[in-house]
Amino acid sequence: MSDDILLKVRDLKIGATVYPPGEKPHDIEIVHGVSFDLERGKVLGLIGESGAGKSTIGLASMAYGRGGVEITGGEVWVNGRDILKSPHSDVRKLRGGEVTYVSQSAAASFNPAKKIMDQVVEAAVEQKKFSRKEAEGRARELFAKLGLPDPDNIGDRYPHQVSGGQLQRCMTALALCPEPDLVVFDEPTTALDVTTQIDVLMAIKEAIADTGVAALYITHDLAVVAQVSDDIMVLRMGDTVEYGSTDQIINNPQEEYTQALVSVRSIEHEEKQPTQEPVLSVDGITARYKGLNFDVLHNVNVELHPGQTLAIVGESGSGKSTLARVITGLLPPRDGEITFAGRKLSPDLKGRTREDLRELQMIYQMADVAMNPRQTVGTIIGRPLEFYFNMRGSEKRKRIVELLDEIELGEKFIDRYPAELSGGQKQRVCIARSLAAKPKMIICDEVTSALDPLVADGILKLLLDLQKIEDVAYLFITHDLATVRAISDSIAVMYQGRVARYGSKSHVLTPPFDDYTDLLLSSVPEMHLGWLEEVVAHRKMESAGN
Amino acid sequence: MHPIIKLVSQRLALGFLLLFGASALIFGLTEALPGDAAQAVLGQSATPEALANLREEMGLNRPALTRYFEWLGGIVQGDLGQSLTNKLDIAESIGKRLGNTLFLASVAAVVSVPLAIFLGLLAVRFQNRWPDKLISAITLTTVSVPEFLIGYVLIYFISVKLGWFSSLAMVNDSMSFGQKLYAVALPAFVLTLVVLAQMMRMTRAAILNLMQSAYIETAELKGLSTFQVIARHAFPNAISPIVNVVMLNLAYLVVGVVVVEVVFVYPGMGQYLVDAVTKRDVPVVLACGVVFAAVYIGLNMVADIVSILANPRLRHPK
Amino acid sequence: MMKNIPISAAIGLLFTGAYFFVAFAAPLIAPYGMAEVVGDVWEPASAEHLLGTDNIGRDLLTRMIYGGRTTIFIAAAATLLSFLTGTSLGLLAAVLGGWADQALSRTVDLIMSIPTLILALVILAIVPVTVPILILVMGLLDATRPYRLSRSVAVDINVMDYVEAAKLRGEGRMWIIFREILPNALSPLVAEFGLRFIFMVLFISTLSFLGLGVQPPLADWGGIVKENKDGIVYGIGAALYPAVAIATLAISVNLVADWILNRTTSLKGGRG
Repeated sequence: MSDDILLKVRDLKIGATVYPPGEKPHDIEIVHGVSFDLERGKVLGLIGESGAGKSTIGLASMAYGRGGVEITGGEVWVNGRDILKSPHSDVRKLRGGEVTYVSQSAAASFNPAKKIMDQVVEAAVEQKKFSRKEAEGRARELFAKLGLPDPDNIGDRYPHQVSGGQLQRCMTALALCPEPDLVVFDEPTTALDVTTQIDVLMAIKEAIADTGVAALYITHDLAVVAQVSDDIMVLRMGDTVEYGSTDQIINNPQEEYTQALVSVRSIEHEEKQPTQEPVLSVDGITARYKGLNFDVLHNVNVELHPGQTLAIVGESGSGKSTLARVITGLLPPRDGEITFAGRKLSPDLKGRTREDLRELQMIYQMADVAMNPRQTVGTIIGRPLEFYFNMRGSEKRKRIVELLDEIELGEKFIDRYPAELSGGQKQRVCIARSLAAKPKMIICDEVTSALDPLVADGILKLLLDLQKIEDVAYLFITHDLATVRAISDSIAVMYQGRVARYGSKSHVLTPPFDDYTDLLLSSVPEMHLGWLEEVVAHRKMESAGN
Repeated sequence: MHPIIKLVSQRLALGFLLLFGASALIFGLTEALPGDAAQAVLGQSATPEALANLREEMGLNRPALTRYFEWLGGIVQGDLGQSLTNKLDIAESIGKRLGNTLFLASVAAVVSVPLAIFLGLLAVRFQNRWPDKLISAITLTTVSVPEFLIGYVLIYFISVKLGWFSSLAMVNDSMSFGQKLYAVALPAFVLTLVVLAQMMRMTRAAILNLMQSAYIETAELKGLSTFQVIARHAFPNAISPIVNVVMLNLAYLVVGVVVVEVVFVYPGMGQYLVDAVTKRDVPVVLACGVVFAAVYIGLNMVADIVSILANPRLRHPK
Repeated sequence: MMKNIPISAAIGLLFTGAYFFVAFAAPLIAPYGMAEVVGDVWEPASAEHLLGTDNIGRDLLTRMIYGGRTTIFIAAAATLLSFLTGTSLGLLAAVLGGWADQALSRTVDLIMSIPTLILALVILAIVPVTVPILILVMGLLDATRPYRLSRSVAVDINVMDYVEAAKLRGEGRMWIIFREILPNALSPLVAEFGLRFIFMVLFISTLSFLGLGVQPPLADWGGIVKENKDGIVYGIGAALYPAVAIATLAISVNLVADWILNRTTSLKGGRG
């Protein structure tokens, strides 16, 4: 039985040197004694939020520390030897021979100056696993297996000549080419759009099954890892939270933290019916960016009712953020008009009144760049009060404290700088800043996308609560359908600059669907075992039926 | 059209435009500023009549634009006019001196470029260890002292105390290549010191930046040796940043040459220019200014064109 | 704030401070008059003349002290001029954008296509060489560098979401420049100020050495080299003292600039 253990990790400790500006560099421990086993041909999912140490652990199985990271203790056994004690020449044979790596960003991980084929076969040839010719043949087989177009010739292209999803598959081929015993997949689908992700995910899963390779699959998305792994280890801040079979973790999580991860995005939100006049109506908007010779938005029509949420959902390039720019006046449209609170808005920012600006606020995706790092929380929230309501001194401070209480932070945050806040706290301050203007409507541009799932959940709950108190309408831009379900009253699905489907939440999410909405909805990973196979089987049946 | 040809021709056109603009700027400055060639010849105490006569004689009363285009037309045909002070043909004087200057600069470049790249790589190899720290300490010192002082410090210790080289760098046509090389050894050494540090530091930064790329990590995770990682993956991408560093520093070297020539009394362009400025010989100053600007603009243009040619995205368009 | 000061920066501050003190207090410190001939030509160092005498018998220490005063004064004035002109135009170009940015940036490109020293020489061939003119020429020619730096820093900041948020709030241009952009551009600009000052010290010394800078009998470090360079072939090192002075001043300012740059890259509590 013990012969079947490919990778054995015992009490792994990893440290890093940090260089805080203005302070002396010092060492910290980022992984505090993690142990697990991986049998040949099995897949172990490592899951956790940012800072959990999951990538670091993955790279430790190749005896590699990124940047200032160093393995400080424990044992890592691969094929029966402790690689942390092996000589460097042996470690080099291990890397690229026995263990290979697939990174999150294939675009950065491929050398821009060399052809794809040269890079895919390099490790196999270098480690003397195959001759150059054999390796190329094998690479072509893998290209075909991974569903790449024109598998015989795609290797002759340069990395920038293929798309992101294709390059991620090429990276998988690169990892599988030397016939390794173990592949470390480090968030291989995170950078992809959801409809691309499902194909790459399936390709990876089939390639793992066909080649019988073992894998460490690292991700922050429990629904994704549930589809590919046999076992799952949940990590948090460098410690193991829970370690068990995929079935047990998903269906019977023991630890509170795991339970929270499994039940994330299960906010119940009752859909509101449109009653009064809309607060915002977008009529026939067509827009393009300066210097481009094609339209990014084509005849977009949507409405948003007071105190409600309209979700604009779509993948990258769908035009959803452009729509936000048009509504705010940053990008005057070529055609169409916007009516807000009963009055027609000037197409550009300069023509808008202070009242227009006050009543239409915006919250950004990246909270850390949405706040001036040289201003305190008090200044950031206080400025709209000063600017729109001419509040000064104690009156202003009283209102700032009220707002800080509303966003559940409290008065003690008033003198802090953004750098002293966590990601979720920053986003809360941004919410308070927009509420300070007492707006009728807030545009929320991917406000939870950069946050870990549990933190994002907290932000969504807060936004829903505030909507009830302040009676503010949200235009919620997102690519994440779970978020859409959780918060919207009506939905517009955007695809290639057009509204593909629009209506109340129940209407948009109930079949029959148009093709794109169907593809989009069915591509969102669901937190149950076998979902991936079901979807793929369903799609195959449909295309066979056509 | 292939995007590379398009970009390169655009860059070439920009270079010529800049050269044209630079000549106009240099000429325009001498026009716009108070004082002119006639004033320069006669000095501050000249009588208005004498000035007027001389202006008439030198053709300075005609419109500036006409004179600019005459001057520019002359340059294109290799006619740079006459010196005010000794009435000699400027093109002829410059021809010989430019050769001397380029010889000195080339010797310095041939020594400093490979040395700087080697030391830069050494600093990367031993990053944050003592060789790296020593190199950055020397860099800090040499960029903190003007060229002419480095020159005199070397003259003081090497030619006066040790007596190895002459403190004057005289060259003439009758000298053999070896003799010339010996003559320019000390000034070339000063120039090398002046650009070496900067070039080394920039090479180090460029390579370090490159080594942090994700594709270098990919190569390391393929089990390649450090040498293979550098030769196969870092080097092809390093050409463009390194050429840029080299060109920028060669451009800097061309300026450093002016001062170093004065220190060693070397018969080159720099010495010629400084003499002309002191004597207020405006036509010579104009001519030298344009030649220096042309070399400088040309080197910067080469750097940009190499970057364009080395960019795989442009070489292999979609 | 002074608690965490690293040793290198402390040394830098100390020396920089000392040089500026000597520059201000030159007439009080210098043992003799600036142009006073007090001995023989190139006397060796002695109790009366700690550094010896120069090419016409003036006390060299006195010349060095007054020379430092001139060099530091001209360099500081030119740096201020360069910096104020360059950064205000750079910030303006970044915020205005459009044709104003184009016009300014292309002009700067043109000026920078000619080496600064060469352009300065061309100008000095025409105009009379006096101290105010030197400051003006050096300051304006060098303003291209602070312009480029401040513009590029400001352009980077100008596309940040917090600046967009201020624009959407309806803030005026002045608020955006002085409250949103400037506080965040300050640390690279302050460090650049130090580097420009060093460059100016080297620049004015070079011009004086070439005989096109500070004119005798006024002393400055570059001029001292020019006056005493003939002594070098006789083994008299009088011309080398300015090398030590310039190098220590430049290194000190460099150390301080490095420290400021490192210290303020921390975005935490940037009021220190």
